[in-house]
Order: sequence, then structure tokens, then C-alpha cells
Amino acid sequence: MNKTLKTMTPDITRSRTAWTAMLLRRAIQILALGLLVGTVCFFMARSLPGDMATRIAAGRYGYDLVSNAAADAVRLELGLDRPLWLALLHWWGDIVRLDLGTSLVTGHAVWREVAHQLAATIELAVASVFVAAVVGLPLGIWSGLHAGGWVDRLTLALAVVLRALPPFLLAVLLMVVVAVQLDAVPVAGDDHGGSLLLPALTLGLGLAAGLARVARSAMREAAASASFEFARNKGLSDRQALIRHGLRQAATPVVAYLGVHAVFLVEGAVVVETLFAWPGIGHALVHAVFGRDVPMIQGAALCMGLLFVGFNLLVDAACLALDPRRRMGAVA
Amino acid sequence: MTLPPDFTRRRALQLLAAGPVTAAASTTLLAQPAAARAPLQIVGPWEIPGLSPASSGHVFTRMQVTETLMNASDDGMPLPGLAERWRVSDDGLAWHFTLRAAARFHDGTAVTAAAVVRCLQAARVAPALLSQAPIRAVEAEGAGVVAVRLTQPYGALPALLAHSSTMVLAPASYAADGGVRSIVGSGPYRVVSMAPPQHVEAAVFEGYDGPRPAIERVRYLAAGRSETRALMAEGGQADLAYGLDPASLVRLRKRGRVHVDTVTLPRTVILKVNAGLPALNDVRVRQALSLAIDRPGIAKALLRDPELAATQLFPPTMKAWHHSALPPLKQDPEAAARLLAEAGWQRSPEGLRDASGQPLRLSLRTFPDRPELPLIASALQEQWRQAGIAVQVGIGNSGDIPLGHRDGSLQLGLAARNYATVPDPTGTLMQDFGTSGGDWGAMGWRSDAVARALAELSRGTSSAERAAVLRTQVTAVLQAELPVIPITWYRQQVAVGRRLEGVSLDPLERSYRLTAMRWAA
Repeated sequence: MNKTLKTMTPDITRSRTAWTAMLLRRAIQILALGLLVGTVCFFMARSLPGDMATRIAAGRYGYDLVSNAAADAVRLELGLDRPLWLALLHWWGDIVRLDLGTSLVTGHAVWREVAHQLAATIELAVASVFVAAVVGLPLGIWSGLHAGGWVDRLTLALAVVLRALPPFLLAVLLMVVVAVQLDAVPVAGDDHGGSLLLPALTLGLGLAAGLARVARSAMREAAASASFEFARNKGLSDRQALIRHGLRQAATPVVAYLGVHAVFLVEGAVVVETLFAWPGIGHALVHAVFGRDVPMIQGAALCMGLLFVGFNLLVDAACLALDPRRRMGAVA
Repeated sequence: MTLPPDFTRRRALQLLAAGPVTAAASTTLLAQPAAARAPLQIVGPWEIPGLSPASSGHVFTRMQVTETLMNASDDGMPLPGLAERWRVSDDGLAWHFTLRAAARFHDGTAVTAAAVVRCLQAARVAPALLSQAPIRAVEAEGAGVVAVRLTQPYGALPALLAHSSTMVLAPASYAADGGVRSIVGSGPYRVVSMAPPQHVEAAVFEGYDGPRPAIERVRYLAAGRSETRALMAEGGQADLAYGLDPASLVRLRKRGRVHVDTVTLPRTVILKVNAGLPALNDVRVRQALSLAIDRPGIAKALLRDPELAATQLFPPTMKAWHHSALPPLKQDPEAAARLLAEAGWQRSPEGLRDASGQPLRLSLRTFPDRPELPLIASALQEQWRQAGIAVQVGIGNSGDIPLGHRDGSLQLGLAARNYATVPDPTGTLMQDFGTSGGDWGAMGWRSDAVARALAELSRGTSSAERAAVLRTQVTAVLQAELPVIPITWYRQQVAVGRRLEGVSLDPLERSYRLTAMRWAA
């Protein structure tokens, strides 16, 4: 009994160390990313061609009412004549106080605007991953188990087509076929019910294409592995071997792939949210860029970056949970 | 590997289908039309940037949630709004507006003169339009009369008081810091939910002192892409879809699922010309530039509507300012060549050159806020190239034109100018064609006759006949001297769903006219 406890304690310690290392790594990443993204966005927004005050005035009042007088009033109100370094220091100071500032166009706190939009983007991202998993995983697993079969070939063809289709085109096709012709769901909108399906399909199908191919390879490799063969030889049925050993083994590369391609969801959201009038953060970012709303650009980009890190954190956690060798190997 | 015996193809296909089918079924159920009386859905390109009247007032006045003191007829004449009557003193310096006695805000409080004065004071802060008026004081006289005192006569005051930035909100709308925290108006509809920048939903206000609207609930959604708006109309999701692109309009008309209603807007695509440049200072060169333009071709090919080719600056919808007797602007390459030759520009294999051999090269700035502008710029570039004029097109943002005006660097600027931001265009024209020109109007050009006529019109003291003569004088000079060159007019095209009746479009874009609509039987 004592011997068992002695061997378990280092395992638990190693596991805890692995989790701590991962969380620490991601926390440092979040800090670095926050400062980097915010600073880069600041310089990019400031170096865009055209007069910032005029763009902000156009965002506020519409360009019909934009004049040099309106731009001067905005410049004076927002202190846009301040030196660049002073404005950047001011933003860094705000960030230290966890304050993202105030939108130059709406006058509302950026946190308030971003929180509303981020919730919608997370909703869309989760729905897209769900679509990708529901469509891509079964096809990938089946193709891996029956490599060269008609499902495998069809999946390959579909994956090529879906990955090659730009999200804009796929979105319009889905709108025309599913919403207009079949009248099954709304074309666009923000009601968080049926309106979610088409943007989630647009993002999810692209992700599903890659996921199916990765799942196929992983499944094929798992099915050909010695451990899988051993599981069957020791008396497990094919189904038991698949569920207990094959799927778990194939899951790690699939989850890692999802982490890498989280960026696909974030960048795709910019186009898809605008097209489907989905009130997410990608949509807000586009408008902030047009309106030269620097605090909103910084806030939105920062949150998109954090979303990416957060997604990767979940992926790391899933990989650690799935693969005990990673927990052990972290200290080895 | 062989297939596990109990993991059959049928089973796999069942699993494969289960997810999407479940998701589709659940969302389809959610998307079912709730009832025949689902809210009237409007979709348009205009986002709701905030609650400030200066930035988002148009959203709420169009939805008839808020009211302005004055309204306007289609041709811009003043009509009663929240003020049921008004009078102006003999010297034109004091205006008195009497409020509707039974008017109530959506929180049940009475609309008082003090509440109106508070809103008008806030609307006087630059760059809001009311700041243009020579106002000395805005005062409440009792509970029901608002007095506006001026430093000099200003006839366009009722028009300014019809602009959405002067909309009247209840005192409860304002936060302690003076900012607007909620929209409590006095119109026939009240806000029931709002999620800036995209949607607002309104329901009938039972305490409204006018006729009860037939449409109970209205929802507005801002959708940035015109393709999305057109497909929403085609799919029956939107009852009114504003701001449709030409390609979508062709498809909608062909399919016939929705009716497309149109109205010509008081907006014109203009070419702002820097007449201060030696080459463009000569009116013959400006006329030649105009004569080289194939307006019907541009209107047909790019706007899919040849009737939008501008024959003069003001479109027919601006009845007081459009003069059908004016000789129309048209394409005449021979006349253009003759005028250029008379102005000293000789044709050479490399294009036009003056007596000293300098080429006629110009630069044109435009912006993509209206997607047709860069396309029109390219068409103009080609048409002028055929006339021997080399033009370089630069696409930036809308601020480049006012900035170029200020620093004198602008040569040609292509923009779409709304001449009825307020129902009476006199104020806009004074900005554009006053003695020192305007950010969106004349540059390096002045006409004392035009300035005098506009100043007299602005005072509002002329008789109707005299005002008509002055307007004719202004339009004739602008047509002859071309400080800005009109290219095309605009038409608002709206897809109207079949369940709606009584739809009429407002050429001044002040209202969706919801109270006149009803459900089809």
C-alpha cells in the first residue's frame, strides 16, 4: 500500500507541474500579446492614410456632414494633436489599469462595447467548432478506417472544394440555397436563434474540411498502431478497441489541429460577421478601422488575440488530459 | 483494416446525419415565422453609432420614435411637427413655435417648452447643423411656446428644426453629465429594445396624440452588405430593404418576389473642380470637361438606370430648384475639342498641350464610401482620355476632399452631395457656393450674383415670386460656369415585401412613413 502511494505521489506532482507550466506559459503569452497587439494596432491605425479627425467625424455624423470645421471640433475634443508617444503612453497607462479607454465614435467605454460583441463572436466560434466536429470527425474517422473507399474519395474532393471556396462565396451560396430557396432559416440577423446557423456553417464547413483530413490520417495511424492491434489481440471487440484506444489516440492530433486553426475562426469572423450582420467583434473591428476608432481597434484586436490564446489554452488542456505521456514528459 | 462488425456503414451514416439534422431542425423551428403579425422588418445600411441626436437621430426620427419641431413636405416646404403652428415677427428676428397641447413623451410626461429648449440648446453645439443658424437665444415662453431669437433674419430656420439632430427627447433621456442614456421620444412608436450598432425594435405608443398606427411593431436591422439586404428581402425576412445595389435590383425585378419602389433623392454625384488652377480657371475648360462626359452611358452601365444621368445640378425631385427650361448638360466631343482649342490647348499624339508645350494633366480624388464612386471615376478617366485629357485617379477616404480643399492640393474631387440634408437646401448651397467656396462645393470660384441671391434667400424675407427668380438665377449661373460638374443623380431603391400596403418613400429620407402603412389583407 505504502509502495503504491509512493509511486502515485510523483505522478501527481509531475501532472500538477505540467498544468502549472502550461498555465504560466499562457499567462505570459497573454501579457505579451496584449501589449504587442495593442501597440502594433496603435501604430497601424495612426499610420493609415488620411486625416484621423475627418474619419472619426464621418463615423459620428456621416460623411454628408463632414467638413473641416467638424474635423477641427473632433480634433480639439479628442486631443488628436497630442504627440504620438504621449498618446501611446496614455494607452499603456490605461491598459495597466485594465481600462481599454473610450470609443472615439460612440463615446462609450470600449470594455462595454467589446464585451457585448465578444459574446456574439464566442457564440459563433463555438457553433462553428460544433459544426466542424459534427461534419468533419465522422467523415474523417470513417475515411481513416476505410482508406481509399468511396467515402474517403468523396471527403477528399469535398475538403478540397470547401477549403478552396472563399468564405464570402460560400456564405452567399448558403444564403441563396438554404435561406432564400429552401426558406429554412433567416438570411441574416442578430436574433441568436436561426440566424446563427448560416454563419456557423460558413465558418464550420471550412474548418470541417481540414478536420476531416487530419482525423483521417490520425485514425489511419491509430488503427495501424501496435497498441491498437494489441487491444484487439487481448480480446477486445473491434468497436471496444476503437472506442477505448483508437479514438483516444487519434484525438490528440485532431485537437492540436483545432488549436492551430482557431485563427481561421477569428479571421473568418471578420468577413462572415459583416456579411451576416452578426454583431460580433470581427464586424466591430472592420467598422472601427473605417472610422479610425483607435481605442476600439486596439480593444477589439486585443480581445481577438486573447480569444485565440484562450482557445489554445483549452486545446493544451485537452491534449494534457488526453495524453498522459505529455504530463509525464513535462518534467522528464 | 476491416470494418468492426457492429460499426456498420448504416450506423456511421446515421451518426453523420444526426448532428446536422438536429442542428438544422432546431434552428428551423426557431426560424419559423411566429405569426402573421410578426414585426415589420426594415433592413438598411445605416448603423446606430450611439444615442446622440447628432450621430443617430436619423434612426429614431425615421422610425417615428422621436419628433422634431417641424416636418417637411416632399418638396421641402415646412409642415407642422411637434409644433402645431409657428409665427415669425415682422423683422424676422423672433420665431415662436406653439407645441401640440396633448403631446406626451413615452414616459407619460407632457412635452413642455422647457424640454424642447434643453434639446435645442444641446443641438446648437458645433458641428451640429443648428449651429449654422444665427441664434441669439432659445427660450420657453410658458409651457407650450418655444421662442427662438435671432441676430439676423434666417428663413431656413424651420428647415433646420426639421433635421434629426434637433429631435426632441424627454428630460428622462439625459444622464447627469448631459449625455443621452436612453431614447424617450414623443412619436407614435416607442423603443422596446435596442442593441447598437445594429438593431432597434419599437412598438406602438398608446399615449400618442395622433391616429394609432396600423403596424404594431417595427424592427430595424443595420446590415452592411447590400447583397445581404437584397437576399433578406427576397427570402421574405425583410419587409423593407433599403440601399440595394444595381446587380441585386436586376435580380429582384426578374424574380418578382418583391416589389421595388423608387424615389429620386436630392443627392447628386458631382465633380468638384479647383477653379483656382490656371488650367481650370478658364470656364471653357470646365465646360469641355463636362461636354466630354457620357452621363447616360455612366448611368446605364454603372447605375443600371439611364434616367439618372444629370442634366443639371438639382434633380427633378427638388421641384423648387430644378428648372426644366435650363439647357441640359450633354455629351458633345466636338464642342469639347473646340472649346479646348479656343482655350489654347492643342491636341498632340501625347494628349493636350498648351502653347508652351505643357500637358493637361489632372488628378482626381474620390472615396469608396459609396461604392459606385470609384467606378464612375474610372469611367470619367477613360472618357477624358479620349478627349486628350490625362487624369490620374486616387481613391482615398471622404476626408481627403475637405482636406484638399483646405490646403489647396485638390484638383478634381468626385463625391455624392446631398443638397437636402435639411429640407431647404439654401444653407447647404451657401456653404458650397458662398464667397469663399465650400469643402464640398466651389473651389477658387466665386460669383457675387450667386452669393447675393443665396443671402437674400437665406433671410427668408422675399416673396414667393422673388424667391423663384433668385433660385433660377442661382441655377443658371451654376449651369453656365460649372464650379462643380454634375454627373448623375441618385435614386433610392427599396424592396417592399408583399405583406405590406401603403408604402411611400420619402425623398428627403426623413421618415419611413410607418404610420401610413398597413398589412395587406
